[in-house]
Amino acid sequence: MNVSEIQTFEHDVLVIGAGGAGLRAAIECSARGLNTGVISKSLLGKAHTVMAEGGMAASLGNVDRRDNWKIHFRDTMRGGKFLNQWRMAELHAKQAPDRVRELEEWGAVFDRTPDGLINQRNFGGHRYPRLAHVGDRTGLELIRTLQDHGVHQGIHFHMECTALRLLLDGGRIAGVAGYWRETGRFVLFRTSAVIMATGGGGKAWNVTSNSWEYTGDGAALAYEAGAELMDLEFTQFHPTGMVWPPSVRGTLVTEGVRGDGGILLNNKGERFMFNYIPKRFAPETADTILEADKWPEDPSARRPPELLTRDVVARAIRAEVQAGRGSPHGGAFLDIASRRPAESIKRKLPSMYHQFKELAEVDITTTPMEVGPTLHYFMGGIRVDADTQQTNVPGLFACGECAAGLHGANRLGGNSLSDLIVFGRLAGVGVAAYLSDSTSTPRPDDEQITAAFREATGILNRETGENPYLMHEALQEVMSTNVGIVRTGEELQIAVEQLKALKVRAQNLKAPGTSQYNPGWHEALSVKSLLIVGEAVARAAFIREESRGAHTRLDFEGERDECARFNVVTKKGPGGEMQVQKVERADPPEELAAIANATLEDLEGGRVG
Amino acid sequence: MSTRTFKIWRGDSAGGEFHQYDAEVDEGMVVLDVLHRIQALQANDLAIRWNCKAGKCGSCSMEINGRPSLACMTRMNTFGPDEVITVQPLKAFPVIKDLTCDVSWNYEQNKRIAPFKPKPRGRDGEHRMYQQDVDRVQEFRKCIECFLCQDVCHVVRDRGRKDAFVGPRFMVRLASLEMHPLDDDDRIPEIKKEYGSGMCNITKCCTDTCPEHINITDNGIIPLKERVVDRYYDPLARLARLFAGRRVRTKTRTEEQSG
Ligand SMILES: Cc1cc2nc3c(=O)[nH]c(=O)nc-3n(C[C@H](O)[C@H](O)[C@H](O)COP(=O)(O)OP(=O)(O)OC[C@H]3O[C@@H](n4cnc5c(N)ncnc54)[C@H](O)[C@@H]3O)c2cc1C
Ligand code: SF4
Ligand code: SF4
Ligand code: FES
Repeated sequence: MNVSEIQTFEHDVLVIGAGGAGLRAAIECSARGLNTGVISKSLLGKAHTVMAEGGMAASLGNVDRRDNWKIHFRDTMRGGKFLNQWRMAELHAKQAPDRVRELEEWGAVFDRTPDGLINQRNFGGHRYPRLAHVGDRTGLELIRTLQDHGVHQGIHFHMECTALRLLLDGGRIAGVAGYWRETGRFVLFRTSAVIMATGGGGKAWNVTSNSWEYTGDGAALAYEAGAELMDLEFTQFHPTGMVWPPSVRGTLVTEGVRGDGGILLNNKGERFMFNYIPKRFAPETADTILEADKWPEDPSARRPPELLTRDVVARAIRAEVQAGRGSPHGGAFLDIASRRPAESIKRKLPSMYHQFKELAEVDITTTPMEVGPTLHYFMGGIRVDADTQQTNVPGLFACGECAAGLHGANRLGGNSLSDLIVFGRLAGVGVAAYLSDSTSTPRPDDEQITAAFREATGILNRETGENPYLMHEALQEVMSTNVGIVRTGEELQIAVEQLKALKVRAQNLKAPGTSQYNPGWHEALSVKSLLIVGEAVARAAFIREESRGAHTRLDFEGERDECARFNVVTKKGPGGEMQVQKVERADPPEELAAIANATLEDLEGGRVG
Repeated sequence: MSTRTFKIWRGDSAGGEFHQYDAEVDEGMVVLDVLHRIQALQANDLAIRWNCKAGKCGSCSMEINGRPSLACMTRMNTFGPDEVITVQPLKAFPVIKDLTCDVSWNYEQNKRIAPFKPKPRGRDGEHRMYQQDVDRVQEFRKCIECFLCQDVCHVVRDRGRKDAFVGPRFMVRLASLEMHPLDDDDRIPEIKKEYGSGMCNITKCCTDTCPEHINITDNGIIPLKERVVDRYYDPLARLARLFAGRRVRTKTRTEEQSG
């Protein structure tokens, strides 16, 4: 293979991913005068962000004036069980309102309050109605707004183009090797900076709200290039995925259902969440049905326990099912029908209404839904500097779901969409600063480039080998059985062993057919990423010997103070082995610690912060 | 579980033909599930686009038994027990391979449309818009860009007038800008001249096929056509504009009724 014959593009910066984070980052790069390229596995506007439903969190204070960045910050830290990067949580809470308003400037049309401002809805873990939203299709509004704005900013979009490998020159980013889905041809991007915005890796599990794109490519590519990953043990199981029929198992049911008044029941008709209120949240959670039902109209009523954080609700549903109190198909009942008039349900949750009507033949305005936990989100990912989004690899940046740090041990709903626009922008600022400081242009050697392509073509050229789809299923089986919503050290070790065995088998994957639009080939290529990410999750989960947020160890119940002092960081060792270590956390600035630990009364009364 | 027969078009721009597959179908499955099963077990390289599997992304558009549909929202139990299910790519666009086609023309149309141009913010730094004024725009913004409406529109599909008409999807997009309470651009001349609003003869096929139930024709295209007529053929409106020295938003009848 002659490198000079490969189609080549030159950019100052290449953004990998065209979801909310990638688009916002690209817009910023372009605004700062950089020649900006964007690649994505799917067509423009189809990235995962399009599926987000409930809303994006920002303390605009349009619905409740008492809200402000400090309370949003405090909620985020508490939701993340204090493992979040303090500085990221601070930047996010402070900047989210401006980023949301900016979307309006670019044409977004959010739902309105009676006095004509952006409306905000309640969501789990958020003290006040805080989620700017458009019915239950907020992600569509976000991605379309960024897309329609972005196409006029001189950005070069390369659609259905997949990154295979990051190319380095003396440890610095020098380019990206990729291929076109449509033709199967290879392509080379020469660039001094890369922004990873590839989203999560939920496809390592079989019950997930994630699409085929979520194979952890960003984390895996960065890892291979020497970047550190962090917090991977924290994989969020969303409490409410569909459970029936089997073909839609895992498809998301937005938390907006509970935010708008929906309640959870077991097969005895009990509102079981009252039995699962953690101590930390007890002072702020209603403990009787009477009180919960008064919320939110009565300002003195505390929030219903259905709106506890996702980790808590997901574990509660699982416990009810295990105790034999589950719904017929192994979930819990989510009832909005008896709580709100049919018209209001259809208006506020139109896509949920259609989703159930068309996929499950259930009318949610008359019948409760059946729901259960589904793998939804990666809190962990690529480790970045809080202010610049740069990784430990010079020239490599990351933002959005594939980056770690903002959400700690558990993400609050709505904090992802705001994460994308806040840190997408900051990544653009970071890249511009990096490029203005760098003097020489790095060049990758030809050997790296040809090696990347040789590996990919091997899968097609092999005479016989394993079916990539079945290999992917085997991997999902390992993760779902041994790295599930509750974990034990023993099972995690089994997972690592089984993944090792799969890795060996994966050397021999075979995709029949040609390279042109060949999903079997793409599947085989993503198995490699999934194996890296799966192993990193299992290993990180193994060394965190406690239960915190989304990570639950049956053999180590409860949070342990000493475990609050470190994050788990994973990187590739010199011999190619995966190294996992505990990295001590820095003490927070006093001001932030005071805000995070303050009582609500003190914060609202302006006595702290 | 039952066995069902699928006929799937397989080929590329050079040509192709229908291949027959028998597949096991479980309760609750949609067409996309069965296609995935066929892909995993019998035809690893079968090209399909999909993402959300819940009717939210508009990727899985194809023609199922002749009807432009989303494969992820077409339930298997909507077919007769022995009905053979025929699946082929959208006809309005050049095929890439199997069930995927080249929809880049649509992205080019979108780029031609001038970007949103916001009015200045109010003195309090806010943009005020009321729900009743944005309801219509929000209806248009539900569009998931599945391009099924483009596929059924005879102007785009049969008459091949892609040069003269942007198609229903982009009429919806233009309507969402033209009726946006904050948009400060005059879009009527371009809607007439550039984007070909006159080409549509209101067959409503697009509206009938839209999976998001957007009332493309009645709420989008017809009001735009009316605005074009008001502007170009209504002498009063012209005079008023001359005196005002700027654009006068000629309200459509439906808008007046809804207040
Ligand atoms: C059903 C659902 C509902 C949700 N609802 C909400 C909500 O209401 N509020 C909220 O805050 N969050 C929500 N989330 C989470 C949130 O939507 C995601 O975390 C967020 O959209 C991720 O955005 P992103 O920009 O990081 O990545 P994505 O939008 O997923 O984009 C990833 C991009 O990377 C590209 N990519 C990946 N790998 C490669 C590669 N190898 N080469 C090239 N390109 C690649 C993909 O093609 C894609 O363009 C929801 C998630 C789901 C699944
Ligand atoms: S109503 Fe107009 S735009 Fe819609 S399908 Fe008919 S001709 Fe095309
Ligand atoms: S208007 Fe409807 S049919 Fe047309 S692209 Fe949008 S969602 Fe699809
Ligand atoms: S896969 Fe998203 S609409 Fe069908």
